[in-house]
Amino acid sequence: MSACLTKLTLREAVHHLEAGECGSLELVDALLASIAERDPLIRGYLHLDPEQAREEARAADQARAAGRRGRLLGVPIAVKDVLNVRGQPCTCGSRILRGYRAPYDATVIARLRAEGAIFLGRTNMDEFAMGSTTENSAVGPTRNPWNLERVPGGSSGGSAAVVAADEALAALGSDTGGSVRQPAAFCGCTGLKPTYGLLSRYGLVAYASSLDQVGTLTKDVADAALLLTIMAGRDPRDSTSLDVPPPDYTEALIPDLRGIRLGLPKEYFEEAIEAGVKRAIESALEVFCALGAEVREVTLPHTPLAIPTYYLISCAEASTNLARYDGVRYGYRTPDAADVDTLHERTRAEGFGREVKRRIILGTYALSRGYYEAYYGRAQRVRTLIRRDFEAAFHSCDALVAPTTPTAAYRLGERLDDPLQMYLGDIFTVTANLAGIGGLTIPCGFTPEGLPVGLQILAPALGERVLIRVGHAYQSATEWHRRRPPLAAGGGRP
Amino acid sequence: MTWQAVIGLEVHVQLATRTKLFCGCRTTESTAPPNTSVCPVCLGYPGALPVLNREAVRLTVRTGLMLGCRIRERSWFDRKSYFYPDMPKNYQISQYEAPLCEGGGVEIESDEGRTRWIRLRRIHLEEDVAKSVHVGRRSGIDFNRAGVPLMEIVTEPDLTSPEEAFAFLVALKQILLCLKVSPCNLEEGNLRCDINCSLRPAGQSGFGTKVEIKNLNTFKGVREALRFELERQCVALEAGERLVQETRRWDAEAGATFSMRTKEQAHDYRYFPEPDLMPLRLSAEELEQWRAALPEHPAQRRERFMRVFGLPAYDARVLTADGAVADYFEEAVRDASNPKWVANWMMTEMLRRMGDAPPEAWARLPLRPAALCALAEMAGRGRINSTTAKAVLEILFENGGDPETIVRERGWEQISDAAEVETLAERVIREHERVANDYRHGKAAALQFLIGQGMRLSRGQINPALLREALIQRLGPRPGSAE
Repeated sequence: MSACLTKLTLREAVHHLEAGECGSLELVDALLASIAERDPLIRGYLHLDPEQAREEARAADQARAAGRRGRLLGVPIAVKDVLNVRGQPCTCGSRILRGYRAPYDATVIARLRAEGAIFLGRTNMDEFAMGSTTENSAVGPTRNPWNLERVPGGSSGGSAAVVAADEALAALGSDTGGSVRQPAAFCGCTGLKPTYGLLSRYGLVAYASSLDQVGTLTKDVADAALLLTIMAGRDPRDSTSLDVPPPDYTEALIPDLRGIRLGLPKEYFEEAIEAGVKRAIESALEVFCALGAEVREVTLPHTPLAIPTYYLISCAEASTNLARYDGVRYGYRTPDAADVDTLHERTRAEGFGREVKRRIILGTYALSRGYYEAYYGRAQRVRTLIRRDFEAAFHSCDALVAPTTPTAAYRLGERLDDPLQMYLGDIFTVTANLAGIGGLTIPCGFTPEGLPVGLQILAPALGERVLIRVGHAYQSATEWHRRRPPLAAGGGRP
Repeated sequence: MTWQAVIGLEVHVQLATRTKLFCGCRTTESTAPPNTSVCPVCLGYPGALPVLNREAVRLTVRTGLMLGCRIRERSWFDRKSYFYPDMPKNYQISQYEAPLCEGGGVEIESDEGRTRWIRLRRIHLEEDVAKSVHVGRRSGIDFNRAGVPLMEIVTEPDLTSPEEAFAFLVALKQILLCLKVSPCNLEEGNLRCDINCSLRPAGQSGFGTKVEIKNLNTFKGVREALRFELERQCVALEAGERLVQETRRWDAEAGATFSMRTKEQAHDYRYFPEPDLMPLRLSAEELEQWRAALPEHPAQRRERFMRVFGLPAYDARVLTADGAVADYFEEAVRDASNPKWVANWMMTEMLRRMGDAPPEAWARLPLRPAALCALAEMAGRGRINSTTAKAVLEILFENGGDPETIVRERGWEQISDAAEVETLAERVIREHERVANDYRHGKAAALQFLIGQGMRLSRGQINPALLREALIQRLGPRPGSAE
């Protein structure tokens, strides 16, 4: 019974609980058992508090017995270590936040909590969400459940891995340049990055404020729609959150695509794409056509500028966002500093990892007097051009489809010493963040090595209903999203 | 060589908002226990985001409108980066490229008594930092002040002397108080000042090497720091030395400025637009509404006091220096037959007693403006003499009430009845025949003695001017006098 519980989707779990087929405690215990069995291999979780989770599960069961309802009452969710959950650690995978416990709930957490959700544990990530492999975590890498020698992607690698390995029903992540979509693609999950401003960033530890967005890693699109419906909407604590009445996204779960025009960005298909990935995408396009969609080519001419633009803007913002970690108020503090300058310098030198330092230095440089115009100023202008590319493309189509990543998951350590190569892997995902639009990745097949391939769907700003409709129609016609890694199925090494 | 001083000021004004600039924490007095008005936002906790306090925007724009600034309908905030332990995020949210207000100016009275117009460069809005507290070898930080809204008013380098800088600050404070945008409490650090100053040969238009003096808390401190610094620069230049562009600090106890850092060590603040806040837009209606709600400018009020009440320039200036005083006067003078009578009472007795009382003190006074007006009328018309009037004021000041009633109940009214005056004059002459004769023989001082006796006999109530007239009439004009 408990082995089956961990395989449930979020919506199935809700139905089980509502029908009295299982209790929340039973569900939590099943997941804890799965974690105990698998996480020593996967290392997706940074922190668990089993007793607290069981306590909350018991309380949820009692509340349900007493007649209380909630769309996620007693449903456990895993949370990337970048979102503040009151009372839990929030280290962003960094040594510099060691010992910090969140004194408040992020707005998205508060909204899930109000529906009765239980926050099961903290998932591993690249330090401060900077990376594409989860190898930049101060704690150590997470492994891809489909192949333990491969990276799970990043930066939300822990969240993707625990969902794929049935150690969580669903997880939250954050996506600044692809950090939800890329690991979801690498691990065979469904990953949604909503439109910038649709989900509150209050309580999401900032990497690059103008690009960051909370996202979901789930077993299917329907679960993403449910979580989005609960979390979306204007938050007075986040000035950049959009003032639009969010619809019920589950209404967009329509299993056909008649009348939908899908665009294929020419430039994306001109990039070097791994053969296995390309084949999976091509078969997916046939499915879309069979579902009634019309497929046409579109152009996003500024695509080649996206990577430098993304890294200039994100590093510039990060260099100031991460300035607050100085050992004065919370987190790690270097011992025995004689004066405050030494305290700052040593705390940061010892507290931050290599990649974070690299990006802080890059960003500091890009904002320096005399260089601002050439770097940050120009990057902002290119960003506008990229946004206009999308606006123009969406004149002739309702959504774009493309690979989520040029390759499937690569080997641990493979790109660790070649940051540029790693940055280039973000080419298909960073554009959505730069344009502020939503993106969804869904599993669409496997490479010959047995690694999942992700298909990305992009829609205009606030076009989440289109994303959900396209993704759900595809999942209604295919089984890729139901595949589980051999590890999860058998409980051993593949 | 004669040198000319070129001085510019940056004045940081704490705004009178109930809550901080980017969070809901209350703004507190410096006496509040440390770290009791703080939250994840103003402590710079991971994940916290700023939300702009619109009241701080209104107060800044209100100031800009009053000072004749151009108001930007679209402005934004920038991050100003530097590491400092009392700055929670290690960047300050400020305005760099697009301040709320630009241009405008303040009229001051210069050294020679003429008025000068000091141009403003800009006014922008930013957050305050925390306060470091050092106890022995340990340091602590009180974040109550972190995130409190500050309005930074930057002048053009139009000031030419320490005295002008002082006069500018006095004039600015008067306007800020009139606008009620800041408590302007100097002890609380509500007004803090940075100075930029340099010397150039008189008559030249280029600028000399600029020195910045940081963080002065008093107007006198600004004047003294400038006096010292300009003298220091003058001596150095006369000796043929080359000045360095640097930042200095004023040590009030030593009475001297000391170098903090030179241009080479200056921070690169790496300004860029704050991505956590949307650009700030002001609607035309909003601006119009705020403009319509502006109080009268102190300079206009001064002019109006002269025009409407016929007051001399000096009186008008004294009475408009403090908005609360001017309000009180204006209420008192409303039903006055002679505004000058009320003005005299305000400028002498009232200001002497009130000193530098805060604005609320005037509103709390038991002596209401209408009563002061009535008292001024009674005294002015000679119904009571000046000694009695002061005694009545004393009572009003403590207990309030109506001067008419007080005078009547105590039988203090001055006697001006012609018959009574005549009778008294007769009696005084009769009782002091010798002194009266002295007067008749040319001893002028004798008249004063006779008036004094009349006052004594009437227990101070006789109208001295009428008694004097009656005595002269009876004794005949003093020989040699013009009368």
